[in-house]
Amino acid sequence: MDDAIVLRDLVVDRGRRRVLHGVSCAVPRGVVAGLLGPSGSGKTTLMRAVVGVQTVNGGTVTVLGRPAGTPELRRRVGYLTQAPSVYADLTVRENARYFAALHGRSRADADRAVADVGLREAAGQLVGTLSGGQRSRASLACALVGEPELIVLDEPTVGQDPVLRADLWARFHELAASGATLLVSSHVMDEAARCDRLLLIREGRLVADDTPAAIRAAAGVADLDEAFLRLIRASETGGAVATGTGGPAGAAGGETS
Amino acid sequence: MNPRILAVTTGRILRQLRHDRRTVALLLVVPTLLLTLVYYMYADQPAPPGGPSTFDRIALVMLGFFPFIVMFLVTSIAMLRERTTGTLERLLTTPLAKADLLFGYGIAFGLAGAVQATVAAGVAYWVFDLDTAGGSGLVILIAALNAVLAVALGLFCSAFARTEFQAVQFMPVVVAPQLLLCGLFVPRGEMAGWLQAVSDVLPLSYAVEALQEVGAHAEPTGTMWRDVAVVAGAAVLALVLAAATLRRRSG
Repeated sequence: MDDAIVLRDLVVDRGRRRVLHGVSCAVPRGVVAGLLGPSGSGKTTLMRAVVGVQTVNGGTVTVLGRPAGTPELRRRVGYLTQAPSVYADLTVRENARYFAALHGRSRADADRAVADVGLREAAGQLVGTLSGGQRSRASLACALVGEPELIVLDEPTVGQDPVLRADLWARFHELAASGATLLVSSHVMDEAARCDRLLLIREGRLVADDTPAAIRAAAGVADLDEAFLRLIRASETGGAVATGTGGPAGAAGGETS
Repeated sequence: MNPRILAVTTGRILRQLRHDRRTVALLLVVPTLLLTLVYYMYADQPAPPGGPSTFDRIALVMLGFFPFIVMFLVTSIAMLRERTTGTLERLLTTPLAKADLLFGYGIAFGLAGAVQATVAAGVAYWVFDLDTAGGSGLVILIAALNAVLAVALGLFCSAFARTEFQAVQFMPVVVAPQLLLCGLFVPRGEMAGWLQAVSDVLPLSYAVEALQEVGAHAEPTGTMWRDVAVVAGAAVLALVLAAATLRRRSG
């Protein structure tokens, strides 16, 4: 099939808590898919399952036609963790070159990846001396340097200035145009509009899975934020989304989006 | 395991060490200072009849201790950082094999331990006239092997620490009993039977015995090679155990 990611009834428990309650969806190749939802909704867990580092309790995760976590996928999938995972005691360039070498890429590839995230000037600086936003871009460079077919980015634009954010999103679309698939999580709704497809997740359940235009049309409003609110309300009252019945236990999920 | 990935991983770990100049300076200078201390402590003590002088006896064993203690600590903290900063999880999503990472640490810090031992041995032999029947090369070889053993134990122990405070506490747990029972303070043959039994399963006891063999015999003895093999075997065992603590998937 031509889907980059296929989830079937994905169930994940962390400790005694069920984090994902049977999520099913498919992400076609060559798109930028946004994974949206409030903090604690299960975005990171879903991404870890796609990358193959999450223990799964039920269902299947298929990535580029293979079960997630298959050794062969390690050279085809790039992963950016939410907290920047780069070596603070190496320079930006040294970090990029190390991750480039792990993927069999050259030093020139590494230097280009650093430049692509706007860190050319800071390439010789130790990561530990960078600002938070620069540090997460250094981490992003290390995720992109292997030119993976599937790129999983957990909140890549947090703390970036608006101009840089626009640049990064433009870069994501370039990568998708060249054939890569991106799964990008965010809790900022204005980034939703920049995605080709949206997955809205709330309390471990998928609330919406469609293009931004279709989601707006379904909800009958132009504003995505408002559209999501309506979809969530509809799923809670109407039961349009298949969930286990029984009253919602406790009111723990009362976050704002 | 992939030789190219192993090489770049070893290089990356050494580069991290090189950026930390103060640590490098401490690694090289502290053993010399401690040897100086021991030298003057025993300067006026008469040599026991027939045996090596007290300084020779202690300094020789200390040359094996330094890389063991220091590399255990350095590795525990370095590996704990890999776990807590998320770089380990990220590495395990790349083509890197677990053995590339473990052997990368073993080689990088093994080399650092060898350099440390060489500097300390140079000072001991040339400045303080350390006298051993066997060659200094063997002393450095055993000290470097101790470093590799310590790295392997550090990689394994770091799995059981969640914080740096905890990781540092493993030093007295893992290292101190081995120092006490290795035969430096009380000859192993004179210990109570159960202490001897404990000493027999602690790898540092064999490293110390190997050093003492080098001290007493001009040529490498069979006992020395057997001890070296035991220490190397213990290092491999610890590396295998450490590999078992690296899980690609977690909850």
